[in-house]
Amino acid sequence: MKHEIVEKNLGLMIVFIILTISGGFLAEVVPLFFLKSVNEPIEGLEPLSALELEGRDIYIREGCHVCHTQQIRPFRAETERYGHYSVAGEFVYERPFLWGSKRTGPDLARVGGRYSDAWQRQHLYNPRSVVPESNMPAFPWLFEDVVDHKGTAAKLSTLQTLGVPYTDEQIAAAAGELEGTFEIEALVAYLQQLGTVLSEKR
Amino acid sequence: MSTFWSIWISVIVLGTVFGCAWLLFATRKSQTTDVETDRTMGHSFDGIEEYDNPLPKWWFYLFVATCIFALGYLALYPGLGNYKGLLNWTSTNQWEAEVANAEEQYGPIFAQYGQTPVPELAEDEEALKIGQRLFANNCAVCHGTAARGQVGFPNLTDGDWLWGGTPEAILETLHNGRMGNMPAKGVMPNMTNEQVDQVVNYVLSFSGREKDADAAAAGEAVFAQGCVACHGPEGKGMAALGAPNLTDNVWLYGSNYEWIKETVLHGRQNEMPAQGGRLSGDQIQILAAYVYSLSN
Repeated sequence: MKHEIVEKNLGLMIVFIILTISGGFLAEVVPLFFLKSVNEPIEGLEPLSALELEGRDIYIREGCHVCHTQQIRPFRAETERYGHYSVAGEFVYERPFLWGSKRTGPDLARVGGRYSDAWQRQHLYNPRSVVPESNMPAFPWLFEDVVDHKGTAAKLSTLQTLGVPYTDEQIAAAAGELEGTFEIEALVAYLQQLGTVLSEKR
Repeated sequence: MSTFWSIWISVIVLGTVFGCAWLLFATRKSQTTDVETDRTMGHSFDGIEEYDNPLPKWWFYLFVATCIFALGYLALYPGLGNYKGLLNWTSTNQWEAEVANAEEQYGPIFAQYGQTPVPELAEDEEALKIGQRLFANNCAVCHGTAARGQVGFPNLTDGDWLWGGTPEAILETLHNGRMGNMPAKGVMPNMTNEQVDQVVNYVLSFSGREKDADAAAAGEAVFAQGCVACHGPEGKGMAALGAPNLTDNVWLYGSNYEWIKETVLHGRQNEMPAQGGRLSGDQIQILAAYVYSLSN
């Protein structure tokens, strides 16, 4: 084949370029949309409550995912420290997922129940007060600001459209549940449920 | 994975590898010579022309090598749909092998320590070294690297215990955790502000630090009604409930008037999370020995 055929036919070149760059996507990503093992929730997985969901949005807003991952890789060093390695079925309700890509702080995929609520609150108020060598920022405003629940019902309803099994009652009750709740309560509620569905050691 | 997707993936992956190889050889065929010449492709864009020379040989063979490597990789590892690869590798297998290997290496050491009684283990230098590392990884976040605790998190080195300091009590605390709950105003929800002041003074008087002797005297009756159920008639606490001894001048939540008033007014919730599910029994045995050794 003469390469001038490709070089002189822009249309043909575009087709070849698209074919080349979509190969990886078609083989590695597209089949995942249809694979049960990555689309079905693991046993016992429940959608986040309204409080936990708002906590999750605070987690995103404060950029926690920039320094903390939520993905335990299948290496002994990680499973010894953090617990069972993460599995796809744990994340089916996560939109967007918060796996993160950098561990300035420890992984949080299974931090739920690991420390007491009191510790979490004190640590978020001032990390140095419990871990003197910590370089995590303090988040004192979470103790002053009340959760903005204007959009909570809309968030739940959007997730419902995307396939998260929220009931209409949950959506209707969401905003009421959060009346007067401080942001710290939402964030701690979110943290304390992280990874608790898979509790065995592995 | 269904057969359809398995075939889909295999076709695309192999198609890509062979497509690259085909492109490599097909374009090489058009080269008439292996020797570099001044011949050009015959086109000129704004006076810029292109030589018509073959790929350098080392470069060509590098491309061939990548295609061969890809095929070798696909034969050994699972890259073609449901085909598992000659090595039968999965990330779970690899993790299991790694854990089994470590278990073989360290398992007997831990098992031996796990059988040793805590007081005896607390004399074993090697075990304590392991204990210290386990403590640093799992406990220091609340109790501090030196185990001296901080406000709300007990000091483990002072010989004073909320839930008891016997080996059995320490093991129980580690395995199943502890929940300490002091209700606001004890069991006397209608305690008035004056009574709060009195009872705080009474509690301070246990360590001879009352601000107001009259209030402290009056506080005895309030204490008898609101606090004795857990802290006992002499304020010496009750390990079964994790109720602290108020007479020993060891304070979990601050020792001055304001702190104690805060505690009385709003109560305190304490939680030691259970470690039983996270650490093995042998690891907990070693940790208990380490904690025991700090004050014995």
